[in-house]
Amino acid sequence: MAGGDTSWRPLARPLLIPAWLVIGIFALLPVLLMAVYSFLTKEFRGGVIWDFTLTAYDQFFITRGLFGDEAAQVEWTYITIFGLSILQAGICTALCLIVGFPTAWFIATRPARTRAVWLFLITIPYWVNLLIRTVSLKFLIRDNGPLNEGLMSIGLIDGPLPLVNTNLAVQLGLFYSYLPFMVLPIYAAVERYNFALSEAAADLYASRWTTLREIVLPVVRPGIVAGCILVFVPALGAFLAPDLLGGAKTFMIGSLIEEQFKGSQGNWPFGAAVSMILLSLVLMALLIYARAAAREGER
Amino acid sequence: MKGVRYYPGFLPLTVLCLVILYAPLIVVMAYSFNGSTSITKWGGFSLRWYVDVFTGPDAGRFGQAAWNSLTIALMAATSATVIATAAALAMVKGGRFRGKGASFALINLPLMVPEIVTAVASLIFFTAIGLTTGYGTILVAHMAFCIPFAFLPIAARLEGIEGSYEQAARDLYATRAQAFRLILLPLLAPGLASGWLLAFIISLDDFIITNFVKGAGMETLPTAIFGSVKQGIKPNIMAISTLMLAVSVLFVTAAYLINRKGQKTP
Repeated sequence: MAGGDTSWRPLARPLLIPAWLVIGIFALLPVLLMAVYSFLTKEFRGGVIWDFTLTAYDQFFITRGLFGDEAAQVEWTYITIFGLSILQAGICTALCLIVGFPTAWFIATRPARTRAVWLFLITIPYWVNLLIRTVSLKFLIRDNGPLNEGLMSIGLIDGPLPLVNTNLAVQLGLFYSYLPFMVLPIYAAVERYNFALSEAAADLYASRWTTLREIVLPVVRPGIVAGCILVFVPALGAFLAPDLLGGAKTFMIGSLIEEQFKGSQGNWPFGAAVSMILLSLVLMALLIYARAAAREGER
Repeated sequence: MKGVRYYPGFLPLTVLCLVILYAPLIVVMAYSFNGSTSITKWGGFSLRWYVDVFTGPDAGRFGQAAWNSLTIALMAATSATVIATAAALAMVKGGRFRGKGASFALINLPLMVPEIVTAVASLIFFTAIGLTTGYGTILVAHMAFCIPFAFLPIAARLEGIEGSYEQAARDLYATRAQAFRLILLPLLAPGLASGWLLAFIISLDDFIITNFVKGAGMETLPTAIFGSVKQGIKPNIMAISTLMLAVSVLFVTAAYLINRKGQKTP
């Protein structure tokens, strides 16, 4: 029976069953359960009581004074933490773009042989354990660390720069953590870019920078947007950089969530509610991205 | 006149990018060979902290943690690769079918949800169904989380393999199973290898999810390092970091070589 059937179509759904089961049970179901938990009542020493309430969300947005008997006002504590996190993640994304785009462009325009080497150099830190990278950065920039000692020995500064436990250190940590996530997708986009477009623009007397702004950036935009999402989303929920490099004043969403699940001081419904709010923000960002990508496809 | 590919200032920024990425790693690597007990002063080249990693007071704790990390990563990556391969065959070769879009979204779900949220959700889930957190819960959480990472390179490789290879095998009287095992699987091998490597490194590196679902007394290498670093960066941590760095570099090189070899065959 030569020329037998090679169709995978009837097998498609059976083949998907393991993935559905594992991700459905161990990834989707937990998120749904977390949504339910955010409406439950907290139990002392961690855990929950199955009484439905809006307390967790109320605690996030509204304050009624220390003893709960004052008029309801907007609670700024957590909104400020979210604001700071969004700001930090935003700055981080912008910085990564400013350094990442030229890097990606430079690598993509190398001859094939050296390009592989450059790309290899960028990929290595991407694969190195994030914890180890963050610890290394802390070691480098701490008060009596090599950076401060070096700057002092060449007489550039008199005393150590107090970097650790500042927002600047956290920013540096975020930037350093997620920079490769920006370079790689932009590189992929620039690699596919047709340089004849730039040649044509140059023939029509467009300057280098006009060409970059008017031709290159619009064409490689999908890569740039993908890079921004890949940096912004993990930076927003980052835990290691703020925890290791920051202090009490640099609290970000990740630390706020973690605190709710550690020890007897925790508040699981509140932690679940904060996670839900973070998740909604991220899904909103992804939705905007998906719609922009769809529009791009229509053009 | 320089070509249209040239932009002034792009080379310095690239160099800056590499300096930022490498400076901390190189400094830690250098200090891991420091002979002094102080992490500030340089006491000459020495391997004492590497000896300390394997024989020192923390050797047992870190050894057990490394063993846990390794076995979990091996099992999680292997099962994730098998599941992701089946899913990739369905998604790439299966044509159009109902629920394809939903399946795609589900497979990529762990990539879209922030890691800290996945961690919280997993802890809540395991507690709610009454599972004691520990080795087993880390393993299943990693398995689910690794599937999309294994899926991406496997699906990408599969997309590049035309149906004609399998058809030719069938024309020559191969059974479906033979065509799969003798033709499709070998062609897919580079994708399988890079998918597995990626899943393995993702599991090995994971801190946040593990930290939430590990339970008391259970440690993987990242959580053990984190716990130790909380009390200050000691020289033995730098030696461990350098060793893990070496493992990562080994893996990237392997993935790179496999990919390059894969590109030569169809």
